[in-house]
Amino acid sequence: MAQHLQPTGSAYFIAKETEKPETHTLSVLVDNEPGVLARVIGLFSGRGYNIESLTVSETEHEKHLSRITIVTRGTPHVMEQIKNQLERIVPVHRVVDLSVRSHELGQERPLERELALVKVAGTGEARVEALRLADAFRASVIDANTEHFIFEITGKGSKLDQFIAIMKPLGLVEICRTGVAAMNRGPQGM
Amino acid sequence: MSNGQSERREMTGAEMVVQALKDNGVKHVFGYPGGAVLPIYDEIFQQDEVEHILVRHEQGAGHAAEGYARSTGRAGVMLVTSGPGATNAVTPLQDALMDSIPLVCLTGQVPTSLIGSDAFQECDTVGITRPCTKHNWLVKDVNELAATIHEAFHVATTGRPGPVVVDIPKDVQFAKGFYVPPQIAPRTSYQPKVQGDLEKVKAAVELMASAKKPIIYSGGGVINSGPEASHLLRELVDLTGFPITSTLMGLGAYPASGKNWLGMLGMHGTYEANMAMHDCDVMVCIGARFDDRITGRLNAFAPNSKKIHIDIDPSSINKNVHTDVPIIGDVGRVLEDLVRLWRASAKADKKALYPWWEQIAKWRARDSLAYKMNNDVIMPQYAIQRLYALTKDMDTYITTEVGQHQMWAAQHYHFDKPNRWMTSGGLGTMGYGLPAALGVQIAHPNALVVDIAGDASVQMTMQEMSAAVQYDAPIKIFILNNQYMGMVRQWQQLLHGNRLSHSYTEAMPDFVKLAEAYGGHGIRCEKPDELDDAIKEMISVRKPVLFDCRVATLANCFPMIPSGKAHNEMLLPDEATDEAVANAIDAKGRELV
Repeated sequence: MAQHLQPTGSAYFIAKETEKPETHTLSVLVDNEPGVLARVIGLFSGRGYNIESLTVSETEHEKHLSRITIVTRGTPHVMEQIKNQLERIVPVHRVVDLSVRSHELGQERPLERELALVKVAGTGEARVEALRLADAFRASVIDANTEHFIFEITGKGSKLDQFIAIMKPLGLVEICRTGVAAMNRGPQGM
Repeated sequence: MSNGQSERREMTGAEMVVQALKDNGVKHVFGYPGGAVLPIYDEIFQQDEVEHILVRHEQGAGHAAEGYARSTGRAGVMLVTSGPGATNAVTPLQDALMDSIPLVCLTGQVPTSLIGSDAFQECDTVGITRPCTKHNWLVKDVNELAATIHEAFHVATTGRPGPVVVDIPKDVQFAKGFYVPPQIAPRTSYQPKVQGDLEKVKAAVELMASAKKPIIYSGGGVINSGPEASHLLRELVDLTGFPITSTLMGLGAYPASGKNWLGMLGMHGTYEANMAMHDCDVMVCIGARFDDRITGRLNAFAPNSKKIHIDIDPSSINKNVHTDVPIIGDVGRVLEDLVRLWRASAKADKKALYPWWEQIAKWRARDSLAYKMNNDVIMPQYAIQRLYALTKDMDTYITTEVGQHQMWAAQHYHFDKPNRWMTSGGLGTMGYGLPAALGVQIAHPNALVVDIAGDASVQMTMQEMSAAVQYDAPIKIFILNNQYMGMVRQWQQLLHGNRLSHSYTEAMPDFVKLAEAYGGHGIRCEKPDELDDAIKEMISVRKPVLFDCRVATLANCFPMIPSGKAHNEMLLPDEATDEAVANAIDAKGRELV
């Protein structure tokens, strides 16, 4: 009976996913050459993988190496595919799944930090409250006049989310976030 | 005027292109000129080491280069202009990507100063071809041009082979710079792993030695690895006594005349191959990738087996099917170790396999490729069988288009050597076969090259008949003409209540007159008893031939694993009544196709 209810009849059999999706953070070391980011992003969109956050910058100027940090979500099977597919890209040197690596190192998760610029405009009580809260979150004021502040805040994504949510009723104007930068704890490199 | 060792000579970009082709051993280029590649064409004009084959459409250049590559084991080269030249190349590029064919495509581009300005015949070639190439480059500096072309050949032909694009703006073709010869200094980020992990190979040998119901499932990777890999595969089969089946792309790696051969597996594979796959206890997958046409329903795929998977591409491992012993490496290298270790450690207890072979013999006895012979109408299977009988002892290469005729060719034409079978497997490109045959014939001028075609596919790239005539390439286009897009119709019968929406070609050209119009030779055959003479005529004519073989219009391709079913749920020809066909796939499944 149960057998009968299974979807049959497609050349493209769509298996029921039994594994649970997980969030993983990947570090990808690439040659900094034209189109390399497009190759990485195109792979994700072309094969239907998620990107929750993506950060990229040249990290070793003399070798022209860039480090891309990608936060993605998928089942362990998909994660393995993402890593293998990324490694197939010619200018990709290394792919490290930081989340897997941190488990191997006996740690819960990799170190992850994000930076946000948060503009808040207002006067009176709201303005004072914004500044007080910013202090509590260790956000620093990097620009201000009598009507606004721009705060710079660094931390885990969840901390930034919380700060932004609190600023909303206090005159939040705009937000810019960098995306996640990450590495594993301990003396070893990636 | 050239010698390959020319050190840092100053030359124009266009000269560099031709020099780089020579230095990479290129003898033939398939292409079509246009504004943005004229400087390169001017250089081609002034030399005769590299011969240019003028096609009639850039898609034809790509498939011809694929056929050339597949039949020689060397890279195929195509040269096209910017804009439409490049976009027309996209289909063969994706085709080569999916079938792992080394293809180097050089494209012209508008001058660097005009890039991004929507200039005449401009397109974002590297952007468009990024997902359909293994790698691509836009060369903006003439001093990087030579090294880039050398790297392109390296990337295309090493690791898992594939297509590459080098996009060359017109001003770079005119600019002067220094040429560097090919050097073996591959970039550090590209290091394909060719040697398999010896511990894994040992584990594979142990698993194989313990098998009671083993099967070898080989694929195109064996052919890509080179003739030595095919040789080792044969040795492994002889040593182990294992039965062997192959994917569409792998036909010829193990000879079809070999006693352990089960025929092709998959959707239109033989009953014995698919049943043996389903019931096996150890599966040795060599250079194949568990494609959906092979596995059928994944959760019923060889359910009681341990799987060994040899592949050069790590992303093929565990992609569709979980593997117990993955071995990443070049098939040839891994087989070398596998054969050596098997000889050293495993005793070939072939007697232990007797019950398995007895079971296989029972499946074989079902004769799943049988069909009802007809004395008045040519059955398509019969046409292929006669073609095989009359050409098998010659130096023959076969290409195909895509559809029923392709499956019949795979079932009824038997290959004893690798690199003799050129077909579009992964992408399933109708129109592949005719230009591919042209490419094969250019590489093997004295061989018999036959494109087993369908009447619909062949009209997609028919214009390359003109190129075949121009280059005295006596390709034989053997058209199984049933006036339908047969495979489309077969699926409409299976899935869509026999409503044959637009799968019948009401206006068919007269292929005999068409052949003559191109300057080729036309043959029509409608009766089974005239077929042999007609095929003999086709073989003897030293001209491109369009052979209009009128076959039974409503024949369907069996056996078949109805989509979404398991290997042991095949529809066999003697069971494929209209009712069985209509009920093979349920309503829910129809939504998913």
